[in-house]
Amino acid sequence: MNADTAAWEQHSAARVVPPVEPRKLAKVPFVELADGRLQGVVSSGSDAARVYVSSITASTYGFSCSTNNNRPCGGLSGYYTCKHLQALADEAVRQYGLDRVARYLRVEVGEGENLIDRMKGRREPAPAAVVFSRFLRHLAYLELPETVEPLPEMHWFPSSSAGVR
Amino acid sequence: MLGVQLAALVGTPAGVEEALGLADGLDDALVHGLGRLGEQRAAALAALAGALEGSPLGRPVSEATGKLAAGSVADEQIAALAGARAAVFGAVHDALLARLDAALGRERAAWEEPAGTGGGDVPANLLSGCRSWLNELAIAGWRGVDHDLVSASDQTLEAVLAEPRLRRLGVLLDGLAAELRASCPVATMDRLPVRRWADLWARGVLLAQPGLPGGGAPETVSGRLLPLGVDVHEHGTAVQIEVHGVLESSGGTRLVRTGVAAPKVDTIVGPAVWQLLGGHPVLMAALAERRSVTVQDLPLSAGHLRWDDARATLAEAADPFATARLMLAGSVAPAVPPLERHPVRISEPVLVEGHTVNGTTWSLDGHEIEVDVERLPSCGPLTPALVAASTSCIGLLRWDGGRWRLQPLAVQATVKKKPVEAHTGDWALGPTDPKVVKAVAKSGDVVTVLRERAGRLLRK
Ligand SMILES: [Zn+2]
Repeated sequence: MNADTAAWEQHSAARVVPPVEPRKLAKVPFVELADGRLQGVVSSGSDAARVYVSSITASTYGFSCSTNNNRPCGGLSGYYTCKHLQALADEAVRQYGLDRVARYLRVEVGEGENLIDRMKGRREPAPAAVVFSRFLRHLAYLELPETVEPLPEMHWFPSSSAGVR
Repeated sequence: MLGVQLAALVGTPAGVEEALGLADGLDDALVHGLGRLGEQRAAALAALAGALEGSPLGRPVSEATGKLAAGSVADEQIAALAGARAAVFGAVHDALLARLDAALGRERAAWEEPAGTGGGDVPANLLSGCRSWLNELAIAGWRGVDHDLVSASDQTLEAVLAEPRLRRLGVLLDGLAAELRASCPVATMDRLPVRRWADLWARGVLLAQPGLPGGGAPETVSGRLLPLGVDVHEHGTAVQIEVHGVLESSGGTRLVRTGVAAPKVDTIVGPAVWQLLGGHPVLMAALAERRSVTVQDLPLSAGHLRWDDARATLAEAADPFATARLMLAGSVAPAVPPLERHPVRISEPVLVEGHTVNGTTWSLDGHEIEVDVERLPSCGPLTPALVAASTSCIGLLRWDGGRWRLQPLAVQATVKKKPVEAHTGDWALGPTDPKVVKAVAKSGDVVTVLRERAGRLLRK
């Protein structure tokens, strides 16, 4: 262990999660790397009231796409992904950067290659209801009130210049 | 700030390294889990307990470490350990802040124990839910954290976040859970933020104790607030702006902090975060337009002015650099509440002028300080290039990883032979740089998009 590593480990404000990059949210309002999957919610192109819940599992690359009411996506077939999964992968790369997504999914993506083309998985069942409820929970943050009480613990979470510019 | 003042900061105060070494023993035990301590780590905990001998914490901590060594891990032992760690870091904080005050010649008010009692009733089941998750983390150790253990906090955290009286605890644990989730499975990580996670864990354990002391009755103040700068704190689901300023009131001229915090999601980043704080237009205008504010009957407690836009009126222009030059030296700094004493909270406003720049190292009369350009918030106009071109800087002195660093809040600089000025709060009413306006427009109005979705999906 070199001196730098020791120093990082002894920093209270060490950075663990890099901030995400800004991106348009209208088409894919929710993307996350969680529970061993890349998962998220994709708007339907035709029906404003409908969304698709899509996910790809790390390592096996098993994929799934269905409406939030659990109807399977018509665009999926045995080994072929639908446009929602494409959009999910593209937006994940925008949000987290290719490196972080590829590392999480354990896939090697070479120069000029498309993430989703490098994952040859097949359709597999996934907990769409769980992902959709995580999306609702995500949105619920915006309904919580602000506070003027000090949150001194936020000193552990400095804002950073990484990301936006 | 003068070169001689920087010189007075050199070297760690006596006892700090030894104290941190004792805490490292506990932090290491948390990496591997209190569930299987082993002799060596049990000895490290005993050493920590030994250091507290003779203090009120001495007996409970030594009893707790004894029980832990015997394999018993329960609420009581966990609380004692977290208390021991907080005492160590509190002492380190006090030593560092005393050194800083002495170097700056800064007068600081003495702490007065509030006469009030507890912080009021908070739902006991939520506190115990948090404690049991924190206990599980401690037993498993960071290396044993997996998706299931992180997800185990979901329901409790959701309920805690919905309880305004537990906002501190909720925001802290939510930040910790997100880091653990992103790091899962932790066993495969090359390196761990050992001190950081132990910090967050220990503070969480303390905040999850029932009957935590309340803040006591605040003083009510009226007067003029002159902002010095804005410190921005942010994780995936929360943003806080902390405004440092000088308050002139009948109580004298004092350094105060005020601010607002809002919940958010990770995709709201950069200048968009100001939209979440739009409910405080007077404060935001004061920052964006660099004006002073007249405040009427605001509660002030331990240096924190509890903001209320309805009791604030925008007043004349107030250049923060003029405020720093004329008033910083004569303002009295507040005492830090005991439960907040940790080196990470040290953030003292200073003015640095006449420095020479060598990368991120600045020197003043031959004495050096590192500048932390990673801490420039993405919601404001400060960039590493502007900071490097600076001739004057308002910043916060912070201590982490064994050294002092300067975190810029505002700079006056010379760019292409022209004077420019930038403050972290310049965009509080929206970005003013056309290039940034354009970049932000590219990702659309994310706050509105998400609020619209929330409105449709959460209330149908
Ligand atoms: Zn689909």
